[in-house]
Amino acid sequence: MEKLLEVNNVSKHYGDYKALNDVSITVEKGSIFGLLGPNGAGKTTLIRIINQITMPDSGKVILDGEPLQPHHIQQIGYLPEERGLYKTMKVGEQALYLAQLKGLSKQEAKARLKYWFDRLEIGDWWDKKIQELSKGMAQKIQFVVTVLHTPKLLIFDEPFSGFDPINANLIKDEILKLRDDGATVIFSTHRMESVEEMCDHIALIHKSNKILDGSLIDIKREYRSNTFEIGLVTPDHVATTAALKEKFEIFPASFKSINNELQYKVKLPDSSSSNDFVSFLTAQGQLTHFVEVVPSASDIFIETIQKN
Amino acid sequence: MNHLSLIITREYLTKVRNKSFIIMTFLSPLLIVGIFGLVAYLSNLNNDTVRNISVLDESGLFAEDFESTSHTKYKLLFNVPLEDAKAEAEKNEIYGLLYIPKSENLESLSEGITFYSQDSPSLSMMKDINNMLESKVNILKLKDAGIDSQLINDLRIKVAANQVTFKGEETSKMGSGLKLVFGGAAGYLLFMFIIIYGNMIMRSVIEEKTSRVIEVIISSVKPRVLLLGKIIGTTLAGITQFLIWVILSFALLTAISAIFGVDVAGGAPSQQVIQQGVDGGAEQIVQDVIREINNLPIANLVIMFVLFFVGGYLLYASLYAAVGAAVDSETDTQQFMMPILMPLMLAVYVGFFTVIDNPHGTVSQVFSYIPFTSPVVMLMRIPFGVPLWQQLISVAILFLTFFGTVWFAAKIYRVGILMYGKKPTYKELLKWLRY
Repeated sequence: MEKLLEVNNVSKHYGDYKALNDVSITVEKGSIFGLLGPNGAGKTTLIRIINQITMPDSGKVILDGEPLQPHHIQQIGYLPEERGLYKTMKVGEQALYLAQLKGLSKQEAKARLKYWFDRLEIGDWWDKKIQELSKGMAQKIQFVVTVLHTPKLLIFDEPFSGFDPINANLIKDEILKLRDDGATVIFSTHRMESVEEMCDHIALIHKSNKILDGSLIDIKREYRSNTFEIGLVTPDHVATTAALKEKFEIFPASFKSINNELQYKVKLPDSSSSNDFVSFLTAQGQLTHFVEVVPSASDIFIETIQKN
Repeated sequence: MNHLSLIITREYLTKVRNKSFIIMTFLSPLLIVGIFGLVAYLSNLNNDTVRNISVLDESGLFAEDFESTSHTKYKLLFNVPLEDAKAEAEKNEIYGLLYIPKSENLESLSEGITFYSQDSPSLSMMKDINNMLESKVNILKLKDAGIDSQLINDLRIKVAANQVTFKGEETSKMGSGLKLVFGGAAGYLLFMFIIIYGNMIMRSVIEEKTSRVIEVIISSVKPRVLLLGKIIGTTLAGITQFLIWVILSFALLTAISAIFGVDVAGGAPSQQVIQQGVDGGAEQIVQDVIREINNLPIANLVIMFVLFFVGGYLLYASLYAAVGAAVDSETDTQQFMMPILMPLMLAVYVGFFTVIDNPHGTVSQVFSYIPFTSPVVMLMRIPFGVPLWQQLISVAILFLTFFGTVWFAAKIYRVGILMYGKKPTYKELLKWLRY
């Protein structure tokens, strides 16, 4: 895959405080990259460095093969976490202003705004002031303004905050569509279910250091623990539990089922295969449920942070 | 359009379209002129009341001297006992009763003169009456001594020393007044401009912070460009407002003075004109004023006014912007406003007390070099004649400092606009400079 963005060994200090320590990430073209981390980990600092709002103390950022330069600002669309619009300015005027700051001509900006406003069915807000709109409505405008200049790289910091579930879904679909149209997305959020759903690749930053990086699937593979959730119909629950306990580590499990069965999560030793385990189980009784427990993004997040 | 002009346009338009800005622009001159008109009208009204004064002149010496005017009507009483006259005056609600006793000599007569009234009489009216009586008594006294008072008047010679500079330029007392008016107006104008529009810049920076739009903007524009655009845009709006004020005030003042027949446009200088008019005649005065204006270093004044105005205003404007960036809300600005307002107030006080007293004294000189006070103080000194090299040094110091403060303000601004929450301390501000 082609790389769109490379951040190489970037460090940043604020006084004595180290906000980023030698962080490197690579974002592939046309992918959605999840930038994760607890509050205050340094995500925003990294995003601001990519946006050239802050300059790094050391390290390099390369966008589409070129070291970052002022004109690259026009190829990036940034939706900051701390966002807002001029409250007393009218929607249309404001959108035009922000679009022109991103390098669009007035006519071009007008045409594109019309397309987006029609698409999101917000055309009649044009002459309203931002302070007359609800928070969710203002967020929609903000989203449009962020993507209007068709940037190569889109950076969304908590894009769904302030949206109701319907609108959050709408925005999610728009982001996916933008990705399909060729944009690359960096996505920072605490909502792990969105990460699960959308991200191809994640990086985890903790206390100014990158502690995890890779494609979501690879990471999940790496984090799987050879654990299976099972349902087993046996005549003697106590005996079977004892037999399981003897050979494996077992944890209680609970899932909906029509059978009156024994439910457990079972961790196999790293060396043993699932086939042997299935043979063992079928010898004990009738196997009704067998699923590998795959760690969720949230599990991975918590586990990695705790390890460090 | 490039970024800077986009920002300037937006700043200008939002300021100019703002309702309170429009109201202030058109209401302020109306208010000022309205109050002025009201005062003029009220004092006219005050003067319209006629004071009736009874005069009981037992000496008979002053009978011919009381001439009624439109505001004061004298009524001479004859052969009435003092007690009756007093009772009569009180009963008829007459403003006052002037009693002049009969006496052997003028001294005891003077001491015996009494003014009876309900309340304390008007100061100006008492002064008029006292002056009138005094001059009459003096004339009578001279006559007693066998001296013709007319002769004394004829022999009196007036002296008003001609004021000439060593270069041979004529100056006059009126010239000094005129210089004060020019210098004072320039200095005060700058002071007002800094306070009003510096604050406006600060508020507009805070607004971007509180509405959280700032990060969106600076992901498109360099903070320095945004800061510059803000200052220029607000300043242009300020100049627009100022021009409207000047035009409106002038129009309104003309209208008011036409209606009330008061010479309002003249203001302070008119008094001088009147005073000198007694001595020299009105034509002479006009010529003097024109000559004095011609004597002022006009070109120097204008060029330096522009330089000091621009330098001084931008110096303070950038500081105001830095304060706006450092805080989250307007209520937090107090602590940081002090160091801005102190030198500004100092400049105006030094200007209006020290410079007027001695334009070229040590204090005036020192403060006209310190960049935070020099714009106001130097502007006030220039009409009195400041050597060009001093002016140039002062301008140079001002602009060097200006670049320093802009660098400082831009740093604070760049860091501050992204800082939310806790109000920073001065120590933290210094730290920001190293970020």
